[in-house]
Amino acid sequence: MAVAETLPSLTIDGVPLKVKLARAERSRKLKAVGLVLPLFAFVVLTFLYPIVVLAQKSILNEETIGRLTRTNEALANWDGVSVPDEAAFAALAVDLKQAQERREASEIAKRINSEFSGAMSRFKSVTRKVADMESGPYKEVFLSSDEIWSDPALWRVIRSVSNTYTPYYWLTAVDLRQGAEGLERAPAGEAIFLDVYARTFWIAGVVTVLTLILGFPVAYLLATQPAHRANILMIFVMLPFWTSLLVRTTAWFVLLRSEGPLNDLAEMIVNNRFEMIFTRFGTIVAMTHIQLPFTLLPIYSVMKTIPPSHVRAARSLGAGPFHAFWKVYFPQTVPGIAAGCLLTFILCLGYYITPALVGGPRDQMVSYYVAYYMNNVINFGQAAALGMMLLIITMVLYWAYNRLVGIDKMKLG
Amino acid sequence: MKHLFTLAVSGLAAATAFGVADVPKASAQDQLTIVSWGGAYQESQRKAYYEPYMKEKGVKIVEEEYDGELGKLQAMKDAGNVTWDVLDVDMAHAIAGCDEGLLEELDYSRIGPKEKFLPDTVLDCAIGSIAYSTILAYDADVYKENPPVAIMDLFDTAKYPGKRGLLKKPFGNLEWALIADGVSREEVYDVLGTPEGVERAFKKLDTIKKDVVWWEAGAQAPELLANGEVVMTSAWNGRIGNAVKEGKNFKVVWDHQELDWDLWSIPVGTKNIDLAYDFIKFASDPKNMSQQSKYIDYAPTHVDAIGLIDPEIARNLPTYPENMKTAISLDWVFWADNNEELTKRFNAWLAQ
Repeated sequence: MAVAETLPSLTIDGVPLKVKLARAERSRKLKAVGLVLPLFAFVVLTFLYPIVVLAQKSILNEETIGRLTRTNEALANWDGVSVPDEAAFAALAVDLKQAQERREASEIAKRINSEFSGAMSRFKSVTRKVADMESGPYKEVFLSSDEIWSDPALWRVIRSVSNTYTPYYWLTAVDLRQGAEGLERAPAGEAIFLDVYARTFWIAGVVTVLTLILGFPVAYLLATQPAHRANILMIFVMLPFWTSLLVRTTAWFVLLRSEGPLNDLAEMIVNNRFEMIFTRFGTIVAMTHIQLPFTLLPIYSVMKTIPPSHVRAARSLGAGPFHAFWKVYFPQTVPGIAAGCLLTFILCLGYYITPALVGGPRDQMVSYYVAYYMNNVINFGQAAALGMMLLIITMVLYWAYNRLVGIDKMKLG
Repeated sequence: MKHLFTLAVSGLAAATAFGVADVPKASAQDQLTIVSWGGAYQESQRKAYYEPYMKEKGVKIVEEEYDGELGKLQAMKDAGNVTWDVLDVDMAHAIAGCDEGLLEELDYSRIGPKEKFLPDTVLDCAIGSIAYSTILAYDADVYKENPPVAIMDLFDTAKYPGKRGLLKKPFGNLEWALIADGVSREEVYDVLGTPEGVERAFKKLDTIKKDVVWWEAGAQAPELLANGEVVMTSAWNGRIGNAVKEGKNFKVVWDHQELDWDLWSIPVGTKNIDLAYDFIKFASDPKNMSQQSKYIDYAPTHVDAIGLIDPEIARNLPTYPENMKTAISLDWVFWADNNEELTKRFNAWLAQ
């Protein structure tokens, strides 16, 4: 005992075993890190970093940052309900003059116009007026230019956008807005996004359930057939999987049209045409078709690993065919079902092109509005807030799912 | 902040660039990227301008299409890599693009005298190219007798049952809704400027909501009509004219046509600004400009070009006096102020 403690065990070249082991361990770790590093860098650069940038965009007043500092200071002590004093008007005038010289005045006007409709033209005309003025008083000029300038609501918006950060985009994303007395619900005519989120999750849920109902029996068939037959069947599953998403969606567009082949068939058989294109029905059918392999394949690969002897053993012990399937076979497929359904559900949340092509206006999902705000309105802040919201809800769901099912129980094969 | 975003985007661009095979790059000097609205319209520009220009100047023109997504331009500008050189914009986008600082302020000394163009089409950041119009079109094979003749008929589903196509934007549609509800064309914007007026317009649209198929790209309107998806549709008149030339039996209802302009503009940040000016000058030459009406039913904006149009063609142009009788001029100041809010409202209405 004493000898072993005083004499560390040496390897053949005289280095203590412990050191040698630590070295081997270190070089193994380095290799592992080296192998993972490119992917890690890639994920950080193309995934995490843009998410952080977008998160910032959703809370920043990018259009007005550093451009309304004087106004912001002048409005610091304003009560929020009366018409501001000359100092505030003068500060705004100076800020606008400076912005005009730098060709940034319209960006400010647009930002304010998105919260206060009609501000655009008033800002433009007043900017032109004050640009020619050497000094004040400015209040007169503003008030005589348009009565909008005596509206405290406009000034509240000006004060709010002159800050660096804004809650506006996030509030809009949940159909709220800042009223005179704190938060209030957006008017019915403008509230839209809570519905859109509910719809997105509903469609994703329905498609997930449908792919499971359709995919599970097929996966079972594939897993239990002899190899030569299973391979041919597999081709039928995989072939659409290898076709581009856009091509498949367009194919559905052609099939579902009111003058399309499906309706021609319906006309022949039941003498009636059905409304299928630009409907929720069409959207769900097309999405289910596209998502089917994503649900099916994980289930199939898990089924392949279940030895047939388990069910045979259950049968030989007296279980009926359904009982044996339900008690012995099915529980073993659950990890595959969990993986397939989660994959399909999360992919469905981000669908854009399929609902845009075969759905109606009531079937558009969150991504449609993200694209809409990016491309058409050039309101990156709103697009970012909508996208971040979807990401957060998805992550909360993933967390809940993990608590209920357990991610470690999930198997892709 | 912008800086960060730029970094992220250029990082992405670099990442993708590694994956792309080496494509030999033509020198930037003799290549011009022109972005327009696709379909029959771009086709007419190709024949009237792009091909002659390429032949005459030996410049390669690269064509791209868009549906008014100025957001793409904003992203390119933020990333410091603007690949568009000349951009065809309508009035709304010309004003918005100028306001956002996305379009160059034009130096007219490099294009031509301002007074030679129709006054409405000489803007700070864009110069008029053609007049086009949003009109109602129908399939004359469906309505052999009693065809629709007025905007009122678009809203009359009892007399004209079936789906109708409309542009998926509030502007134009709200005006027509008020006209069909009895507002005169002079008062449209006074009414639309009030909350009650907006309410009234949406209420009128409500009456046909379930019968509407919404289109987004100009080429979709004649397609919807051609494949029987709709019996009548709003459309840009030239798109219908071209479908007729291809043998379709479509008819245009000129009642309360909504006149608009397409204009040339130059994105801020283009690397080919001299060439871009040269092209716009070429396209604004009355002789060249008068060619476009041969290929699509749009009217030139250069006063000298108007006289060069074949009278046979002139009858189908939106500016023909007979067609102009009840025309509405869209109010761009109104829309610059209210587009965002009314679009929000419109989208919510659509989603309900």
